[in-house]
Amino acid sequence: MIVRILGEGQLSVDDAETAALNQLDATLASAVDAGDEAAFRRALNELLTRVRAVGKPYPPDSLEPSELILPHEDATLAEVRQMMTDEGLIPG
Amino acid sequence: MSVMKRVTLIFRSKANKALDRMEDPRETLDYSYQRQLEMLQKVRRGVADVATSRKRVELQMNQIQQQSNKLEKQARDALGAGREDLAREALTRRSSAQSQLNDLQAQYASLQAEEEKLTVASQRLQAKVDSFRTRKETIKATYTAAEAQTRINEAFSGISEEMGDVGMAIQRAEDKTAQMQARAGAIDELLASGALEDVSGGAPRDDIQAELDRMGAGNDVELELQKLRGELGSGSAGALEAGAGEETQNGASQARPASSNGGSALPSSDVGESAIPSADPPRAGDGT
Repeated sequence: MIVRILGEGQLSVDDAETAALNQLDATLASAVDAGDEAAFRRALNELLTRVRAVGKPYPPDSLEPSELILPHEDATLAEVRQMMTDEGLIPG
Repeated sequence: MSVMKRVTLIFRSKANKALDRMEDPRETLDYSYQRQLEMLQKVRRGVADVATSRKRVELQMNQIQQQSNKLEKQARDALGAGREDLAREALTRRSSAQSQLNDLQAQYASLQAEEEKLTVASQRLQAKVDSFRTRKETIKATYTAAEAQTRINEAFSGISEEMGDVGMAIQRAEDKTAQMQARAGAIDELLASGALEDVSGGAPRDDIQAELDRMGAGNDVELELQKLRGELGSGSAGALEAGAGEETQNGASQARPASSNGGSALPSSDVGESAIPSADPPRAGDGT
């Protein structure tokens, strides 16, 4: 699958990684829900580090959309919340 | 809910909204291509803005470094002349200048990182825009209006995602630049206020900033005083006279590390100008 880290571009990630990524994502989500800034920072870091470690750069001239989009590395908790709730949430 | 899925969803819905559907879907291609070119321009402008901001910080760093070197030399000269009060004042101001310098160094690094990120982002977008242009021409040449929609949607999804990403990166860079500019303005004011000025104008001015700095920097100043005393003690008092009459090339030597002057306790000092007070005629008339 193709994964985009905002501000860094697209990476090709093996589908076998999905479970591991979902787990890291769940940790991140609970940190966001709890409003725990330190846990949030740690979880986001772990998630991005993992994606970077297992991903291979996807050709920049490709016009393929990404399957997953992840926040940029220095995103604050508030920014991520905003990214998750921006107006026009539900796609038509 | 999953953060990844949620963010992806939001991103996609925004991209879909950006896709204006025209009478003939093939026209959408040209319209979107125009917007992509605009975005490319915008990101390049963003890179230039960050670079300008970075250069301003660099300039301030040089100014403050110069001032700090000058203050250090004055402290040395003052102590040599037995004016501990003046040396203390000079070191206090130098300490304040050094803390500004540290702050500016951090800002500089942050702007540099931002500039690199945006540069890379603009290259990524460029690659996709080129690709889109080729695809667009193929679609227009190959498909009828009725057939084109699916192909157009395909071509769109990847590029609009990139546009959204780059748009956010530009926004972040703009926010950062605006912050830096506000701080740079404050530093300019500080420089203009004379709080970091040398003390050659006469008695130390009793401005509040210097007083505050003194409170915070008291220990540093004591340490520096001790250090200087040690240096003076180990060198000979004659070094003062030795340097007398020697004109300095102020400013030109601002980046010179102190250690490079090796053995001599008072290198190239301008004690010839009678050490400190009332030495610097042009400054005496600055009205403060």
